[in-house]
Amino acid sequence: MKPCPEEIVQYMHDYLDGEITRRDEQILKEHLEKCPDCQEHMDQLSRSVAFLKSAAHVEAPEGLSDRIMASLPKERQSAGLRRWFGRHPMLAAAAMFMLLAGLALFSNFNTSDQQLAVSTQPNLVVEGNKVIVPEGEKVEGDLFVRNGELHIEGEVEGDVTVINGSKYMASTAVVTGQIEEIDQAFEWLWYTIKSGVKEGLSVFEGPKNQEDE
Amino acid sequence: MEDIVKKRIKQVLKGDQSAFEEIVSLYQNRLYQVCYRMLGNRHEAEDIAQEAFIRAYINLHTFDQKRKFSTWLYRIATNLCIDRIRKKKPDTFLDAPVPGTDGLDHYSSLAHDSPLPEEEVEKMEQQERVQYEISRLPDKYRSAIVLRYIEELPLQEISEILELPLGTVKTRIHRGREALRKQMKKL
Repeated sequence: MKPCPEEIVQYMHDYLDGEITRRDEQILKEHLEKCPDCQEHMDQLSRSVAFLKSAAHVEAPEGLSDRIMASLPKERQSAGLRRWFGRHPMLAAAAMFMLLAGLALFSNFNTSDQQLAVSTQPNLVVEGNKVIVPEGEKVEGDLFVRNGELHIEGEVEGDVTVINGSKYMASTAVVTGQIEEIDQAFEWLWYTIKSGVKEGLSVFEGPKNQEDE
Repeated sequence: MEDIVKKRIKQVLKGDQSAFEEIVSLYQNRLYQVCYRMLGNRHEAEDIAQEAFIRAYINLHTFDQKRKFSTWLYRIATNLCIDRIRKKKPDTFLDAPVPGTDGLDHYSSLAHDSPLPEEEVEKMEQQERVQYEISRLPDKYRSAIVLRYIEELPLQEISEILELPLGTVKTRIHRGREALRKQMKKL
């Protein structure tokens, strides 16, 4: 008995893969008709495939999705932040700058001398660490006191800012602007940022302010 | 469906973890099925499917959104399954469970290198037998066969999942079919 051509088995697999050429399929068919061994081989292959395909569909167990969701890592922010920095190097640099500037300011605040500092208006009276706006006097412009007590008996035409200190207002006191007391380093930081932004804005509003005056 | 998935992926990448739930529910059956057929054990399959989703979540930023998501997900799962199979091989004999406790897991946890006596195989129910025969396939062929005949994926996709040339995938499937034919000659 002459042996079967070697490529016949290859044709069987090509056929099962659905990738056989018409010519090869013809050769395979003709061969199978006259060779019971190869026909048997082909049948066994087809049965194996049919057997595999008979496998029942398997469904995921109940609650798998919940268990997966519950076991996902929680902290996504750090990764997100890193990615964000990667995408926006300029903003990252700006943020870093702000952070360092803030830190410098912070340390500056803590170590800055505890001496009295006060804005220079001619009719202010300074006694020790006490700053007095005398009764009947009118202080023009913003008043600024650091590390001291401010006693307002007269009138202030402008804002009053007290940092690391206290403020006493007599019944006769008049302040036309805003009054702000800052005791904490963080508030100080916030105040600096706020006034920085205001200054920045005033660049745009400059001409208008002049008109107001 | 891929469109919904890609939308959800973008949401997850923006930090919306809950968007991942829909991805899980869309793919959990398919992924679990692959794992189960590869490993032949429900507990292990659940373990690996869960691990695959968690890895997908963690590495989602590395997924190329121009590609098919399911391919990427299948790749994670099949790699984990193959690792698991390789790791547990040496103690197959040690942890062979008591016969009759849980048919499916019992037969399938015995690797292909320790075939059961013929009369035992003949007593098996059809579904049990399918899993038994799959588990007897060498793992090289098993992944290709499972993806081809259980998941019914096209050859091209299998080649992408397994990161093998198309020709290699075809060869593995051919050999897998031949191995199966020899295993089941008396069917």
